[in-house]
Amino acid sequence: MKSLKNLMPGEKAKVARLVGNGAIKRRIIDMGIVPGVEVEMERYAPLGDPAEIKLRGNHLSLRKEEADGIILE
Amino acid sequence: MSKKTITIALAGNPNSGKTTIFNNLTGARQHVGNYPGVTVERKEGRVIYKGYDIKVIDLPGTYSLTAYSPDEVVARNVIIEEKPDVVVNILDASNLERNLYLTTQLKELEVPLVLALNMMDIAEKNGINIQHNLLSQLLGVPMVTLIGTKNQGTMELLDMALESVQGRINMTPKTVKYRHEVEEELAILQGMLADSQVLNVQVAAGNDSSYAGNPTYPLRWLAVKLLEYDQEIVRKVNSWAGGEKILAVVDKSRDRIREMLHDDPELVVVDGRYGFIRGACREAVTFTGSDQITVTELIDKVLLNRALALPIFLGITWLLFQLTFTLGAPLMEWIEAGFTALGGWVANHMDEGLLKSLIVDGIIGGVGGVIVFLPNILLLFLGIAFLEATGYMARAAFVMDKLMHRVGLHGKSFVPMLIGFGCTVPAIMATRTLENPKDRLATILVTPLMSCGARLPVYTLLISAFFPAKVAGNVLFSIYIIGIILAMLMAKVFRTWLLRGESEPFVMELPIYRLPSLKNVLMHMWERAWLYLKKAGTIILAASILIWGLFTFPTADVNGNEYTSAALQMEQSYAGRMGKAIEPVLTPLGFDWKTGVALVAGFAAKEVVVSTLGTLYSIEDEEALAGEEDVAVKSFAQRAREQSGFTPFTAYILMLFTLIYIPCIATIAVIKRETNSWKWPLFTVGYTIALAWIVCFLVYQGGKIVGLA
Repeated sequence: MKSLKNLMPGEKAKVARLVGNGAIKRRIIDMGIVPGVEVEMERYAPLGDPAEIKLRGNHLSLRKEEADGIILE
Repeated sequence: MSKKTITIALAGNPNSGKTTIFNNLTGARQHVGNYPGVTVERKEGRVIYKGYDIKVIDLPGTYSLTAYSPDEVVARNVIIEEKPDVVVNILDASNLERNLYLTTQLKELEVPLVLALNMMDIAEKNGINIQHNLLSQLLGVPMVTLIGTKNQGTMELLDMALESVQGRINMTPKTVKYRHEVEEELAILQGMLADSQVLNVQVAAGNDSSYAGNPTYPLRWLAVKLLEYDQEIVRKVNSWAGGEKILAVVDKSRDRIREMLHDDPELVVVDGRYGFIRGACREAVTFTGSDQITVTELIDKVLLNRALALPIFLGITWLLFQLTFTLGAPLMEWIEAGFTALGGWVANHMDEGLLKSLIVDGIIGGVGGVIVFLPNILLLFLGIAFLEATGYMARAAFVMDKLMHRVGLHGKSFVPMLIGFGCTVPAIMATRTLENPKDRLATILVTPLMSCGARLPVYTLLISAFFPAKVAGNVLFSIYIIGIILAMLMAKVFRTWLLRGESEPFVMELPIYRLPSLKNVLMHMWERAWLYLKKAGTIILAASILIWGLFTFPTADVNGNEYTSAALQMEQSYAGRMGKAIEPVLTPLGFDWKTGVALVAGFAAKEVVVSTLGTLYSIEDEEALAGEEDVAVKSFAQRAREQSGFTPFTAYILMLFTLIYIPCIATIAVIKRETNSWKWPLFTVGYTIALAWIVCFLVYQGGKIVGLA
């Protein structure tokens, strides 16, 4: 089971499902990270966390702990 | 003919250009305040157009309308309770699908809606081609296109809003259709809610006449929200007569959906909305751009480069400081000179006496002390507004988040703490960018530990008096570092015990870089500066008068004889007596009552600590002491060494105490304002005194053991 956290910069994948609950999951959904959408890992911050991803042409940042709840196909 | 009054509410995602359009619509006719009970900013403006007096409400920028963030709750409550005549939903055309997600939720609120497709220029540049007439039909909502940054399409937007108000829009409404399993549950819930809501509104109206005609929710929206288990709506329904029964049915519906679709009802609902959006976009939007790298991506390749990002970030903050304090310094001197001149003029034109003392020392001195920071604040806010508008602030948070998150803060906490080195007042106001109340409160509580500009003269005078020049820099640096370490430590402590709970997720947009318009940056700067002046100013005025009173009364001893010297007067004043009263507490730190008086005075503003000590030790050349003449330093140094009994060690402890204890009155006032209660400013006073005492106690007693004192 591969999560968004495991994606290396430059790699792309499709979101399969979301785990976890509460505000964080809701926020992830509201920002457009939903099953079926394609995400690309852009880079990690200089201190290793958070990460920057690209989806639907726009750029989002999220922490590794948050990326871990996004399961990829 | 009298003008008809209507209300337009602007809704949209953050970074959709909403504020720019708001400014285009209303110009300078704006009013900024807070929504009652929360620190969410409420912005209103007016525009007169075609015989209409239009009130424009700028709703907080949100991605959604859930109950998870106060911004979103405020946005939807305004729509439900204030019933604007039309809601204008600003959309970033270059980022359409995500922006339309909010639109689907606004549609469910069943308000008259107009879509404003903004940033058409950027969309075009990115190869996104939108047939907006077709999209408008597919969504069932009227739409105009505009370019906010060039002020294009503003009139067309107003025209469309008026058409909507006049009921001249003829469109087939379209509803978001969910999967049939969901629609079945919605039908069940709606049927049940219809009777119950009417009944409950009537009951409430019977009890309270102001409730008559009060908000009823659109039934479908209510049903969807219950399926999503929206906390606020669940609470509301639970308070109804028969609410528990409804919630039991909701639970069953949610269970059935989970069983049939093997997914969270929340996710299923979101999926339905995105399905609706995707369907419309598939038909109306074509993408001709290739995978070419955008300008923003190019800039970020440098600014967020793993090796360069930190140095660049530090460089930019350094520049921000230079701008604020170097450019601000001469302006501050002018203002100071102005107030001194004003005080002098008043002094020359009034008779000797209490009233004169009150006006010159209390009011002009006190208010001048606030106004003097205005250039700094304007420049700092100008810089911050510029960095925010360009899109860099989000990157700064991205770079700093790991460090801040480790102590329980948020990447965005870094900005206010940085400003805190200048002045704590604007720093605390800058915490508004933090959405999570606990993140924000923790940041507010620790920001006073970042050593502000007003504390610097205390350090420099004490250091020059008690330390050799070659270690002066290191001593000063150590004080700043101790402040930072304590701030981090206390943040961790607060987040572990006092303010437990999840930190705001860092799921955040990194918006495209933009060159902001000067007008918008200036307006943003002024908005914040005005709040500082207006609110902090009034409380500071009152507090300065109080402090003045404490140092002025009583003016004569019990026999009615006036005191022979300023030092004697100060000793016998209420402030002096307070100093003596707290002496027993200060003895374990190596301080006497005179230090106590100086610390009481420092509550008004920290720079007063040294001048008060100066007066108490009867330093003759008082005037020079206030300035930064070498003579003054020398005379203070000599006097202090000879008379105070201070050693370098006790002087260092006094610096530590000054660093940590009570932020100034202005800070207390602004914490009160930003947290909307007296609880947190009083807590800040309490914990900083306790922390200062504990730290100084440990250092002094530890020093005694190793023979320093």
